Amino acid sequence: MSISPRVLNRRRSRTGTGRAKDGGLAFWLVIPSVAVLTLVIAFPVISSIIRSLFGDGIGEVPFVGLDNYAQALWGYNADDFWASTGVTYLFTAVTIVLETLIGLGMALVANRAFRGRGLIRASVLVPWAVPTAVAAVLWKWAFDPQGIINSLLGTDIIWTGSSVPSMIAIIVADTWKTAPFVALLVLAGLQVIPEEVYEAAKIDGASAWKRFVFITLPLVKPALLVAVLFRMLDALRMYDLPEIMTNGANGTATLSVLVVQSTLSQLKPGYGGALSTLTFLLIFVTAYLFVRLLGVNAVEQAGGRKGKKQ
Amino acid sequence: MTIQTAAQTTRPGVRSSRDAARMRRGIPWGSIGTYVLLAAITFFCLAPFYWMFVTSLKGSNEIFDNSLWPINPTLDNYAAVFGAQNTFVFALRNSAIIASCVTVIALFFGVTAAYAIARLEFRGKNVVLGLFLATSMFPGVAILTPLFQLFADLGWINTYQAMIIPDISFALPLGVYILVSFFRAMPWELEAAALVDGCTRGQAFRRIILPLAVPGVFTTAILVFISAWNEFMIANAMSQTPAAQPVTVAIAQFTGISQYDKPYGTQMAAGVIVTIPLIIIVLIFQRRIVSGLTAGGVK
Repeated sequence: MSISPRVLNRRRSRTGTGRAKDGGLAFWLVIPSVAVLTLVIAFPVISSIIRSLFGDGIGEVPFVGLDNYAQALWGYNADDFWASTGVTYLFTAVTIVLETLIGLGMALVANRAFRGRGLIRASVLVPWAVPTAVAAVLWKWAFDPQGIINSLLGTDIIWTGSSVPSMIAIIVADTWKTAPFVALLVLAGLQVIPEEVYEAAKIDGASAWKRFVFITLPLVKPALLVAVLFRMLDALRMYDLPEIMTNGANGTATLSVLVVQSTLSQLKPGYGGALSTLTFLLIFVTAYLFVRLLGVNAVEQAGGRKGKKQ
Repeated sequence: MTIQTAAQTTRPGVRSSRDAARMRRGIPWGSIGTYVLLAAITFFCLAPFYWMFVTSLKGSNEIFDNSLWPINPTLDNYAAVFGAQNTFVFALRNSAIIASCVTVIALFFGVTAAYAIARLEFRGKNVVLGLFLATSMFPGVAILTPLFQLFADLGWINTYQAMIIPDISFALPLGVYILVSFFRAMPWELEAAALVDGCTRGQAFRRIILPLAVPGVFTTAILVFISAWNEFMIANAMSQTPAAQPVTVAIAQFTGISQYDKPYGTQMAAGVIVTIPLIIIVLIFQRRIVSGLTAGGVK
C-alpha cells in the first residue's frame, strides 16, 4: 500500500490526532471504488445527457438542444412517454401496496411461529433466488390461454392479449417474486422488538389489535420504510417482467422498456438518451420526496454515523 | 456446513418460555391458526416453483393438461435443453464466468472502501456513503444506452467485458452497502489492540480485520454473485449471438423440441436447471444470506 509524501507529511504534522492519519489511509482505500464508479456510472450518464442534446440519424448528427426532451414531453412522442410513465407508476404503486401488505402479513405469521421459522425462511428465499427472467418465463406460461391460471379459474382469458389482463399478470408475477423479500426485511425488524413490551401491554389489557397498532407498527416502521424504499427504486425501473411476458405490448411498456426500445430497436440514441435522463430524474425526485416526507434515513440505516437529524 | 432445520434455528430459551406460556392457556387455537397460515405462506412461495418443476417433466402431449403431477414423467425437455438447437451449455458457462468476474471485481474494490467507511474517521465520509447509495438508485437504462454505443464502436458486443463492466455499476454499491454493516458489527477493540501492539492502521486492516471479516465477505460474495447471475437487461442488449448469451437471456429466447413446438417444457426445464443451484446455495447459506440481506435494513 503506497502512501504519498504529502499524506505522510500531514501525518507527521498532526501526530496525535487520529483523524488525520485515518484521512490519508481512508483516501487511498476509498478512491479506487470511487474511480471505478465514475467510470461505469458517471461517465456513461454524462455522455448520455450530452448525446441527448443531439439529433438522431446517419452520419454527422446535428445539435438540437432540448428538442429530444420536448419531443418526449409534449411533442410527437408525448403519448408514448406519458403512457409509459403512467404504467410505471401504476405498477410501482400497486405492487408496493400488495407486497407491503403480504410481506407484513407473512412476517407477522413467521414471527409467531417458533417451530417453522427455518422452513419459512428457506421457502421465502426461493422466489427471491429465482432469476427474474426465469420467473417471467414461468408466469408467462402460467398465464398462457391454455395455462394453469385459466384452468384453475375456469376462465378463457387471453391474459397477454389486452391491457388490463397483461398488467394483472405482470403484477402477480412481481408480487410473487418480491413480497417474500419484503417479508424477510420486516421479519428482521420484528425480531428485535423485545417480548417484554408485548407482555407489559397484555398485562395492561391491550387487545391484540391494539398491540399491533401501538407497538408492532411503530417499532417495525423503520425496517418497513427501508423495504418500501428499496422496492420502490426497483419497481420504478422494472424491465425484465414486461419485456419477457408481453414485450411491452398492450400498454405494459414501462419507462425502462421504452428507453431500451427507442435506443436499441429504433436506433435513436439521442432521443433514447433524453428518455433515460427523464427516467432517472423521475426516479430521483420520487425517491427524494419519499425520503423527505417519510423520514427514511437510508444513510443512517446503512451504518453511517450521522448526528441525529430532526 | 449443514442445512439448518426448523428446530435448530429457534432460540431455545425463548421457545421454552413461550411454549410454557402457551400450555397454561389450554388448547392452542392461536398456534394452530399460525401453522395454517405458515402452510399458506410456504404454498405461496413454493407452488409456482413446484409447477415449473412438474411441467418440465411432462411430454409435449401432456404439457397443457394442467395436471398437478406428471402422468408420464419424461426427461425429454432436459434433453432438449442441451440439444443441438439450444446452446445452453455455453449459456451456463457464460453466466458463470460473468458472475464470477463481477463478484471478484466488486469485492476487490468494495472491501477496502467499505472498511474505510465503516471504521475510519475522515472528512466527507457521509458524502462518500451517500454517493454509493445514490448509485444504487440509477436505472440501468441510464448507463445502457451510452455503453451500448461505446461497446459497439469498440467491437465489444458479444464479449464478456461488455456485460461485466456495466454489471459493476450495481454490484459494487451492493457489495459496499452490505460490507459496511458487516465491518461495523466487528468489535472496535480489534484495531485498538493492534495499534497498541505497534501495527499501523493499514497493517491492522490487513492482518487483523480482513482475516476476521472473511465470513462477511463470503456472504457478500454470495449475494453479489446471485445478483449478477440473475441480471437480464444489460446482457439482453450486449449479447446477440447464442454463444455469448448468459442463461437469463438464453432462457427467454428458447425454442422448443421441434421448431413448431411452443418452447414451454424446454423453458421450464432450463428454468429448473438455472434455479436449482441457486436454491441449494440458498438452503445451505440461508442464515448468512438473510443476515446479509437485512444488514442495514435493521438497526
